[in-house]
Formats: sequence, C-alpha cells, structure tokens
Amino acid sequence: MVGITAYGGYVPRYRISRMTIIQNMAWYFPVIMAVAGGEKAIANWDEDAVSMAVAAAYDCMAGKDRKQVDGVYFASTTLPFADRLNAGIIAAALNVREEGVVAADFSACLKAGTTASMAAVEAVASGEKKSVLVTAADQRRTKMATMFEMFYGDGAAALLFGDEDVIAEFKGSYSLSCDFVDHYKGSGKEFDYGWEERWVRDEGYGKIIPQAIAGFFRKYSMSMADISKVVYPCYFTGTHKAIAKNLGIEPAKLQDNLHGICGDTGTAHPLLLFASALEGAKPGEKILLAGFGQGCDVLCFEATDRIRGFRPAKGVGGHLASRVEFTNYLKFAKFRDLITADLGIRGEANPNSSLSVLWRKRRMILGFTGLRCTKCGTAQFPPMPVCVNPDCQSVGQFEDYEFADKPGRVEAFTGDLLSPSVDPPAVYGLVSFTGGGRAFLDFTDCDMNQVKVGMPITMTFRRRSRDAMRGFTGYFWKAVPRVEG
Amino acid sequence: MASGIRDKVAILGMGCTTFGERWNDSAEDLMSEAFQECIADAGIEKREIQAAWLGTCFDEIHVGKSALAASTTLRLPNIAVTRVENFCASGTEAFRGAVYAVASGACDIALALGVEKLKDIGYGGLPEFSSAMGITNSMWFPNLTAPGGFAMLATAYAARYGLDIQEVKRSMAHVSVKSHANGALNPKAHLRKPVTEEQVLMSPMIAFPLGLFDCCGVSDGAACAIVTTPEIAKSLGKKDIITIKALQLALSNGTELSYDWDGAHFITTTKASTAAYAEAGIMDPRKEISMMEVHDCFSITEVVTMEDLHISERGKAPKDVMDGFFDRQGTVPCQVDGGLKCFGHPIGASGLRMLYEMYLQFLGRAGERQIKDPRFGLTHNLGGFPMLNICSIAIVGRYGD
Repeated sequence: MVGITAYGGYVPRYRISRMTIIQNMAWYFPVIMAVAGGEKAIANWDEDAVSMAVAAAYDCMAGKDRKQVDGVYFASTTLPFADRLNAGIIAAALNVREEGVVAADFSACLKAGTTASMAAVEAVASGEKKSVLVTAADQRRTKMATMFEMFYGDGAAALLFGDEDVIAEFKGSYSLSCDFVDHYKGSGKEFDYGWEERWVRDEGYGKIIPQAIAGFFRKYSMSMADISKVVYPCYFTGTHKAIAKNLGIEPAKLQDNLHGICGDTGTAHPLLLFASALEGAKPGEKILLAGFGQGCDVLCFEATDRIRGFRPAKGVGGHLASRVEFTNYLKFAKFRDLITADLGIRGEANPNSSLSVLWRKRRMILGFTGLRCTKCGTAQFPPMPVCVNPDCQSVGQFEDYEFADKPGRVEAFTGDLLSPSVDPPAVYGLVSFTGGGRAFLDFTDCDMNQVKVGMPITMTFRRRSRDAMRGFTGYFWKAVPRVEG
Repeated sequence: MASGIRDKVAILGMGCTTFGERWNDSAEDLMSEAFQECIADAGIEKREIQAAWLGTCFDEIHVGKSALAASTTLRLPNIAVTRVENFCASGTEAFRGAVYAVASGACDIALALGVEKLKDIGYGGLPEFSSAMGITNSMWFPNLTAPGGFAMLATAYAARYGLDIQEVKRSMAHVSVKSHANGALNPKAHLRKPVTEEQVLMSPMIAFPLGLFDCCGVSDGAACAIVTTPEIAKSLGKKDIITIKALQLALSNGTELSYDWDGAHFITTTKASTAAYAEAGIMDPRKEISMMEVHDCFSITEVVTMEDLHISERGKAPKDVMDGFFDRQGTVPCQVDGGLKCFGHPIGASGLRMLYEMYLQFLGRAGERQIKDPRFGLTHNLGGFPMLNICSIAIVGRYGD
C-alpha cells in the first residue's frame, strides 16, 4: 500500500489583522477594504520558505525515524537560492542520510507542492524509494496596499510518503496542465504581477479546478458521492464556495480555505489545507486534494485505520491556535524590507560565510548536531575534540547527538538594544537541554519581557544572516521560549 | 616545585595617559605619552630596555598586526618586542610577559605597554566583532554585544539567589555611584562627574537589565610599566620597592558554555584568585587585601566578581556593596581610581592602568584618593564573556612584606 505515512504543518506565530493593513494603507488603495475581514499569518523577520519547511518537516516527523527517509522534495516559489539545492538545506537540517537520498526542488508554480507529492507517490509506488518527504512553503513579499498583501499569508506543510504504516492510502491522481497565467513573477523580479481578479476568479479557479476534478472522476469512475472532503486553494472566498456549489460539494465536505485566520500560503496552501483535513479524517474517508497554478493537480487519498494512531507534533490546528497578534504595520513592512530604516554603522558588518567551513560543519550548523561522549555519556555542543566533562576528557570517543528536537530551559538571558537587529532588543541566552548539553543561542518568537530564567524552550531552524552583497542566506538554530505556558 | 613570582620582580616606573575621547591623538601618540612618563619615572635610558611586550585587542582599527607599531613609535633599539592579545586581559598579559622575562633572568629590564585607540569607528560601544571571532563562531554565535553578554549574569544571578531583578539593580547602581565618586577625584579619568543612584537606575536600557550607567565608558588610552629585579631597582636608587606578589591567569575550557554552570559566577576568577592568594601568601583576602581595581566593564561584573575573589561570600556581594564595604572609605576600597566605569576601557591599556593606580597608592602619589597604608593591592581583568572568558589577576605590594 502506497500513501501518506505522516503529515505536519507550520503556521508562523504572528498574525496581522487585515484591519491593521487597512488602517495603515487604505488611504492609498481603498479597494483593499473589500477583503477587510480576518487576519493572516506572517513569518517572523528571521523566517523564509526553507526555515518554515524545516519547521513543518519536524512537525510531521516527530516520532518518525528520519534516517529512513530516502527522498526530500521541496516545493516553493520563494526559494532563497536560485542555484543551490534548497531541499538540500532542509535535508541537512533534518539530519537525514546523505548516501542514497535524492533531494529536489519543485518550483515556479503554486501547484508545485501537489506535483512534488505526485512525484513522491510515483517514486514509492515504483519501488525506487521507501520514504519520501514532501515539504512546501512560501513566504511571498508583496507590495504595500495591494490585494496580494491582503490575501497572502505565510506557512508550510509536510507530507511523508511511504509504503509502510500508511495512514492515508493513495487512490489516484489526475493533472491538467495549461498556460493559464493569473499572476506571474519574472526572473529577478521582487513581486508578483497579477491580472484582473474577475477574470482570475471566473476563468481560472472557477473553471480549471472543476475541469480537473471532473477529469479525475472520469479517469477513476468515481463521483463526489465517494468523497468525504475536498481540498483546494482559492483565496477568493466567494469563488471558493461557488466552485463547491457547482461541483455539488456539500458545505461540510469543503475544507475551509483559511483565508480568515491564515491567508493563502502559496505553494504550501493545498498541502497545508490537506494536512488540516487529515487532522480530522476518520478511517475509510476519501479526501480529494487539488493544487492550482498553470493547470491543476488532483490527488485522492483514503484514510486507513492507522490515521487514529498518528498525530503531528503540533499540527496545523495547533499552530493556528498559538497566535500572537502583530499590531505594528510598519514593523511588518520593515521585516519584509519594504521600508528603509537605519541599522547604524554597527549593523553594516557583513562577514562572508565560508562555504568550506559550512561544508565541514554542516551537521553542527544546519543539523544542530553536537556530540555525546561514548565513555561518560555527556551530551555537548559545540562539537570539540575532547570531552567537556572535567572528570572524563576522553579524546575522540563520541557519537553524533542531535539537539534540534530536544526541549530545554533558559539558564540566563538578556534583551540587547545595542546589537543590530530589525527586531530589537536582540534576545539571546544560555540554554540547557533535557538529557544534557547546553548552548548559547539567539532566541526568537518571543517578547523579552515575558522571558524568565527556568522557562522551557524548543528549538527552531531560522535564518541567521542574509548577505545582500553576495546573495547568501545563512541558517542556524534558535531557541523559542515557551511564553504561552 | 615552582616557587611563584612573589617578590622576584619590581616595578621600576610607570606611566599612564589621560583616558578619554582623544580625538586628536593616535595610538602612536598615546603610546608615546605613556612611555615618556614611564621612562622618566623609571630613571633609565631607553637603551637599557632589553625586551618589550605590547598589549592590544582591536589592533585592526589602530596599530595593525604585530608589535611593529610599538617598536617604531618608541624607536626601540631593535630589541625583542612581542604583541599579545587575550581580550580584556591583554594589558595584564603584556605585563606578565615582561615580568616573567625578568624573573627568568632572560633580561634585566623589560617594558610592558598597553594601548587601545577605540574612538575612530564612528559609533559608540566597542567595535563590532562578528568578523573577528573566527569564521565558524561567526556562523552560529548569537548576535551578541559586550553589554548583552554580561547582562545575562544579572538575570542568572537573580534567579540563582531568588532575588528580584530590581534588588540586584540597586546594588549594581551603588557600584556605579561609588566608582563615579572616585573617578571625580582623578585627573586622568575620562568621566569625572559624580552620579546618583537614581540617575543610574533611570538611565536608558542598553541590554536588560543593564542601563547606560551600568556600562563602563569607551575611551582611548595607554599605560605602561618598566620592570626589573628588586636588586637592580635598589641599585638604581629606588627606596620604595613595589614588587609583584602574584600574577595569575585562568581561561574557560568550555565548562560554562557546554557542561555545567549557574551563569551567576566566574569559574576562572574563582580559580585564578585562589592561585593568586597562594602565590602571594595571603590567607584571608577579605582582611588582607587593602584595595582592588577589578574589571567593572559592567556594574554586575563587579558585584559578582567580589564573590569570585573570595572577598564576599556567595550570594552576599549585593549586601557588601550596599553596606559600603567597597567604597573608598570602606573596608576594601574598590575602583579607587574610578575603574573602567570612569576611565573607559581601552582594552590593551586597562590592566596596566589598574596597576598604575596601585603603584601610585603605594608610593603615596594618589592625591585626594590616597588610601592609608595599603598592604596588598589586587588588580583583575575579565576578558571575553561570562560563558567564555579569560581572567587575569595581579597582586602587588611592598618588597619583602
């Protein structure tokens, strides 16, 4: 049996109310008031598509053996690197094997996530691969006071495909490919360029999704009566519902488009909605998943008995529930580099990231892997040649030890206003991990005033540096104090 | 069995510039100024110096690599000159090089010179060092600054002893008030204005919980010492012979960063001070130390250091501070010259500047700050960050005491 063996999602903690955008920008383009309701998820300043995909992958793979993965696919239209395998960064952050593993980026179209999922299914079905992880994420910058700014949210999803312990069996797929261009982003351009909404709604989403779903039913001699849940993206909520009506989908069977509480997360969105649907799926239920963009992919899965036994670490629902309202529109604009604010001379420093060091230390930097002494059992970071336990000091008797998934606690911290940061104060501190080991780390996703010594933390993979001169993005791990309790 | 450094080396002369924003002076000017005072005080000719050590930290913004800047600036007679750098202990490291050279018998007279010209970078605080921490560290170390690194001490200290952070802040404020009161009396200090506890507590936040007045100044300056054997010092007609009683250095080995540590004390200082007291023959430092110049880069560093120097009991330094134990009229006056707080911290110069104050005090040249009959004076530097640091300690006193 081929299908999904695990799923997970990630929605950033910060949410900006659309009214906040309107209050700040409707003076410039009052049309945005037409979609005033709800809020959208916004990535923190140190997040991008790759870091969010890593978060979704960890959410998906909690309790799964990452060493069994032999394929890592990443789908995004906002890849941090145009030439450097972005999926390779994700694979390194997950500490999957290097030997015998394929990693690939799927890009240039919002349905790249469903296309990658089809490729994963095919790889497993053919027997070539045993366990393929598909991640999808987007963090789309938008111009201020645009409908895109109102519609787009940030997020990520992950699906693990395999042929053992399947929780949702693959039942078939159908694709429609055509050069319908509702929006595009030219190479080297910063922002999406879109066509008239009425045309996109009626001729795009409104026709192409139903056409592809009809094609799927024809191919498999199935009908909507066989389906328990239908998942497809469409950020025009009215159109999203109208498509369902035309297809004869009862309202209860239609997966909400999350416009109201998350926004459209681009390439991630079909998979994010699908992961959300899986969270509520019962054995025997069939779910139809469609991705839209220059055509439409349709995939069908049937939940197995094993669906009851699986839960992602936090899941889409969990992430949506842990929200903090972001009320400062100008701060959001700065996070997206839409406005120029001075970082001071101290902020000009731009050390080159050494590619040879990054290669040599990839397990440490990308995988947050330290060492555990095989003689005394002490977990330690950073990795050094001699055991840090003063009573041991054995040389080179270590095994790799992953800290990324270990919880910890705050031992000491500060909020530094001198340190250049687009989100001052820069919060950092000393963290000790359950099971041993400690590290001196940047903190993120927290308000310094809520941080306390002794507070629990979890680790998150984040962008650590962005070198505009050379176009390089550096990543490392940061601690997130669990201020919610 | 090593016999230690006690009484083997004497200070022949010292010099120290006025510290401050010396906009019109270069590192070379500062070195020369300190050296001229020093050699005049020593009463020797330049050609009698047989080896020299230069301490600087941020060489890239002033003298550049190597010790050539010292050799060419002072036109030293083609002798051995070595540049040393060990963060904030750099000045004491230069001193250690010169003292050990004399103690070993390798030379009769040696020079230690420390300098830092910080005010040429266009912004406040110490120079940004992300490019100077090593490539690997620059790829994972937090986005930290000096105040932030030391501010963590305060949050950990408060948690360790169950104190409200405001309680800790009050003792920190007293540390700054006391140092400013002393600095106001020192013509060579950078900041010479007394401040009130309220001013310190109300100063703008730099790195929680450190406000601006919890942070030492940033200044330009140089200081130097010429050392020799007590015998040569006597033969040159010196009456009051000030000797080195102890000179200790301890470096973190990763325990704090990677193993086990409460974040509220300095392992290095605890060990270096124990070794220094043994080397100097001091049994009860709280009773025997007459005065101290410690590394008050930030007020919290000074508070915590009092415990690591075994002067205050664990958890009791804030009380000693508030009791005035370290005030100029207190039992063990600390930062009698105004400390880093009022002198600022031209890294390479600071350790030697501290020794300069001790030297003045022993010779009765400290003017309004003069302490009566000092016996042992202790200087202390703390380089790096609490979780990864270098501690240097020197103890000086009268020869034969």
